Amino acid sequence: MLTLEKRPQPSQAWTYLAPLVAVVVTMIVGGAVFAMLGKPPLESIRTIFWDPLFGEFAAFDRPELVKKAGPLVLIALGLSFGFRAGIWNIGAEGQYIMGAIFGAGIALAFYPMEARWLIFPLMIIAGMVGGMLWAMIPGLLKVKFKTNEILVSLMLVYVADFMLDSMSLGLLRNPEGHGFPGSRNLQQYASAYNGDLIAGTGLHWGVIAALFAVVVSYIALSRHIFGFNVRLAGQSPRAAAFSGVNANRLVLVCMGISGALAGAAGMFEVAGPSGQILSSFNVGYGFTAIIVAFLGRLHPIGILLAGCLMALTYIGGETAQLTLGLPRSAVQLFQGMLLFFLLAVDLFTNFRIRLTAKEAA
Amino acid sequence: MTDTLLELSGLTKAYPGVVANSDVSFSIKKGEVHALLGENGAGKSTLVKTIYGLVKPDTGTMTLEGASFQPSEPRAARASGIAMVFQHFSLFDALNVAENIALGMENPPKMGDLARRIREVSETYGLPLDPDRVVGDLSAGERQRVEIIRCLLQDPKLLIMDEPTSVLTPQEVEILFETLRKLRAEGTSILYISHKLEEIRALCEHATILRLGKVVGTCDPRETSARDMAEMMVGATLHVPEKADKAQEGDVVLAISGLSAPAPHQFGTALKDISVEVRAGEVLGIGGVAGNGQDELVAALSGEMKTKPGMISFKGNSVGHLPPNARRKAGIAAAPEERNGHAAAPDMSLVENAVLTGAVRMELTDDRGFVRWAKAKDFAEQVIETFDVRTPGSHVAARALSGGNLQKFVIGREIMQRPEVLIINQPTWGVDAAAAASIRQAILDEAAEGAAVIVISQDLDELMEISDRFAALNEGRLSAPRPAKGLTIKEIGLMLGGAHDMEVAHVDA
Repeated sequence: MLTLEKRPQPSQAWTYLAPLVAVVVTMIVGGAVFAMLGKPPLESIRTIFWDPLFGEFAAFDRPELVKKAGPLVLIALGLSFGFRAGIWNIGAEGQYIMGAIFGAGIALAFYPMEARWLIFPLMIIAGMVGGMLWAMIPGLLKVKFKTNEILVSLMLVYVADFMLDSMSLGLLRNPEGHGFPGSRNLQQYASAYNGDLIAGTGLHWGVIAALFAVVVSYIALSRHIFGFNVRLAGQSPRAAAFSGVNANRLVLVCMGISGALAGAAGMFEVAGPSGQILSSFNVGYGFTAIIVAFLGRLHPIGILLAGCLMALTYIGGETAQLTLGLPRSAVQLFQGMLLFFLLAVDLFTNFRIRLTAKEAA
Repeated sequence: MTDTLLELSGLTKAYPGVVANSDVSFSIKKGEVHALLGENGAGKSTLVKTIYGLVKPDTGTMTLEGASFQPSEPRAARASGIAMVFQHFSLFDALNVAENIALGMENPPKMGDLARRIREVSETYGLPLDPDRVVGDLSAGERQRVEIIRCLLQDPKLLIMDEPTSVLTPQEVEILFETLRKLRAEGTSILYISHKLEEIRALCEHATILRLGKVVGTCDPRETSARDMAEMMVGATLHVPEKADKAQEGDVVLAISGLSAPAPHQFGTALKDISVEVRAGEVLGIGGVAGNGQDELVAALSGEMKTKPGMISFKGNSVGHLPPNARRKAGIAAAPEERNGHAAAPDMSLVENAVLTGAVRMELTDDRGFVRWAKAKDFAEQVIETFDVRTPGSHVAARALSGGNLQKFVIGREIMQRPEVLIINQPTWGVDAAAAASIRQAILDEAAEGAAVIVISQDLDELMEISDRFAALNEGRLSAPRPAKGLTIKEIGLMLGGAHDMEVAHVDA
């Protein structure tokens, strides 16, 4: 008989192995699902995981990869602080939208002034403030009224969604757009454009910010008392209170960090790859980042790798839709499976399986 | 027919790197209270787990009432009439008492019937317990009652009790002993594990002593002195804590005056008008049954719970509004009762647990808040060495340590910060005799160095041994402290019960 036995200490090896095993299992099960859909499994997997990096059109895919990984990593890093502390901000998508609206709003307010040195930094700040303010709503409600931040932050995504619609049709609509919805395209406004720093690489300021955030998060979590308090609060809330961690302040700080980073990601996106405020601006980065955060073990380096992997499935998935006719939902299923299997495999970090001989009757 | 209930012969169980039981043989008679004695790590737990079907022995056999007995799982053991009260509770916090008990039963009756039976048993055996209370809100003492009643409901032939009395008052211990004696008269055998030798002498007629997995002796506790038994157990001469020569009355360091605070949660205890002064160099012992405001008092002193200005002052300055780290900086250190998850974070390493309270006083962080991990490691290792914490190293997670070792670490961590006020709740609960003696000695040493120490405990022998003055908590009120020397058990019982004259005196104060 198989029994689960709690390990005296969490297994170090499994902590690192679990994401890899989850990826492999996802490939196998995903391949089986694709086969059942009548698609060649090996080719599907290769199209998703291999072709964007080394395939025929990799030169076109690689910059896209970087552009997709940037926001995912940035948002996931912000979320990881809260997740470690047991504060569940599920509404990064909404904070991402608000960051984009604030950032674009600032840019459009200055249009057509030529002053990149002023406008672009202001946009970054505005994007962070926008996301942070949006995240403060569930944060403050939790602190003041003990509401559930999961529900409030999630519901605010839909509010932000409507805000985005309203902005693209109203306040921020392009006055020279012949009545079409959507703001001016920031890609055509040099002072606000967040373009590739080196042409054709996809490397824009948002990617730099994400890499910078990886380093800062790593230092904060492993070397600073703040990171210690975050981990402590997540593992043992009572011990954290005894140690002197102010639980309410921690909620606000963690919500603030995740909101600010999601907002910044939104701003870098709207000023760069996306270009304009439009109701189809958001594509679910805020939700995918949750998977990225967990797939990366809430560890900054892990998140960086997981963000790249997730970006890969996005790009590869799109290619698979085009070339193999895989349905979009099959690709989303594939991404969901990654998290599903990770959580399942995670069990082995804290437990081990033992074969116990069944007593002869 | 035989009057032997359970016979163990040649039981051996080895784990990688350690032999937990080596050729253990003894027998338990019907209607006998049999003591199992040994330090932590002596193999008692493995042995009782074997009897209870949780561990399968490598070699050796057991016979129950003449028939071979090889329980493959606790359910089989329970079906054969063996019940066990664990030292560590296996209760679900989110469920109420009756639901928790129903979970351990094969065919639980209807909730209403079960609740009634729980009330009956709890009244019969003097273990007050409301079946509708949620376990998460119960104190350690009350949780243990749930476990005891859970077993009694099974009508066992053999009842295994692991340290059952550590959270009871002398009166309650007497009632429990009456219960156990009654069970014995009804023919139930009891395997009784305890470190409290006086208890064993009062209750048990046979004792088996384990050391390092082997049976090192048997005796009749009624005719053997506690000291002799203890020495058999540790295999060395026992170190009895000595009180240092009482220094001249020190200055008042900590003054609590009129401390009142509402209960922090629904089932907490409100603190009511507590006033007491603690002087440098003295140990104030506070007794009382669990759930009478101990946790709240510790929280109010440690800074986890804020109080109104003037209620708590340290060297004349009001500190009731300060958060924990500011109090530590001032010189107040505390060690709460629950080691895992309150005093220490179970999944964190000992180094990280050293940072948990040591960050401020030991300067384990720099001015910008970066942790000095090397210094933290040194501090953790100092604690481990000074307090003889048995662990493979400071990198080990706190939960991997045995209760006694973690307790030594937690108390050592506070003492080594050289606080001027030290508050400890339940310093030796679930800790073996040798470790308990060294913890008590460390507390006395700390007082001798000039710290004002408050020890909250339910173990009255312990309090009498180390306290200079004694007070009792009862429903959130603290009796007027009295010199511990010369107090009789009867007087203490009255104080614990919140006798009327003391309340009046207290209100007047």
